[in-house]
Amino acid sequence: MGIIISTITLIILLFMVRVFYLMFNVFTGKCGISSKNRTLKTIFCIGSGGHTSEMIRIISHINLKKYEPRLYILADNDSSSEYKVKEAEKENVFMIHRIPRSRNVKQSYVSSIFTTINATLHTLPLICHFKPEVIFCNGPGTCIPVCLVAFLLRCLFILDCRIVFIESVCRVRTLSLSGKILQFFADVFVIQWPELRHACIRAKYFGRLT
Amino acid sequence: MQRVYKKCFITVGTTQFNLLCEYIQTPPILKALKKLGCTEITFQIGNSNCEPKVYEKEGIKLDLYRFKDSLDEDIKNADLIISHAGAGSCLEALNANKPLLVVVNEDLMDNHQMELAEQLQVDGHLYYCTCDTLESTLETVDFNWLSPFPKPNPSAFISYLDDIFKVAVNT
Repeated sequence: MGIIISTITLIILLFMVRVFYLMFNVFTGKCGISSKNRTLKTIFCIGSGGHTSEMIRIISHINLKKYEPRLYILADNDSSSEYKVKEAEKENVFMIHRIPRSRNVKQSYVSSIFTTINATLHTLPLICHFKPEVIFCNGPGTCIPVCLVAFLLRCLFILDCRIVFIESVCRVRTLSLSGKILQFFADVFVIQWPELRHACIRAKYFGRLT
Repeated sequence: MQRVYKKCFITVGTTQFNLLCEYIQTPPILKALKKLGCTEITFQIGNSNCEPKVYEKEGIKLDLYRFKDSLDEDIKNADLIISHAGAGSCLEALNANKPLLVVVNEDLMDNHQMELAEQLQVDGHLYYCTCDTLESTLETVDFNWLSPFPKPNPSAFISYLDDIFKVAVNT
């Protein structure tokens, strides 16, 4: 009995060390990745409404040849974003996958815990199968479960991936809920207003992106 | 010389903004717009509680509709844009380099989008008001004083990404 308990304690301890080690890397900006492949497997977490438009505009500037294959993750009740993605990608090859939304607008924080768990369970097999190397996200809907799963799998050495979070341009002085959570986990955390620096622990500012 | 704002485009995006719909069609607001030279109003009313219609009032042609696939054309044709505080609508109007007045929907008080409108007014790119101050704002502000909105520049961000995310060189 004693052996089992001490083994479990040891495993938990090692896991915690790994989590803190990764968070230390995140905070000290060791966010690079050198792929053995010629392209990076990439996930784009598509939010909704204005966030989708913003992400699509950012994607339009990215060298897409480097980020292949591309998987777009959409919320299952988001009807307009698929059209926007298809319009932006035109003839290119890409994939779309839908997951349940982790939090709807005006949903309470308590009930959003359960919907987030549900969304996370849907995300797990998807991430395990796709094994992304880079995840881009910019806000609500899908990004918390996807990033959470990706970070945990990275802690367990199953996945080696980097998270890029871009806070929405409409956030001038306060962070979004996604931003508040992901500032601890995202390897690259980008804000679009210099004033926002005072509201977060760490961020990169490259000017306005969209 | 006083600039003339003949065509006015009003947009509320996908929101419901009943008060603005109601106010815009009242004689005091229409008169204030007419003083600015307005003869045509195109009004994208979204989910607001009023009926889409085309009619004339106070010598101004009004065209109310709910949605279009793209508002680009209406934005391009407008001399003045009045918008709700939605980030998308604000940025689209500013990127098209149009004089912009934002009317804040006070029914959505927890709306973080206020942040952006406030900052853009501080930076001198737009004016903002509420429905109650719409009339006086239209009468007092001078849109010539607004400064153009700088274009976004993602190149620093993109080169940073290229710097940290390396792929195997093509051999």
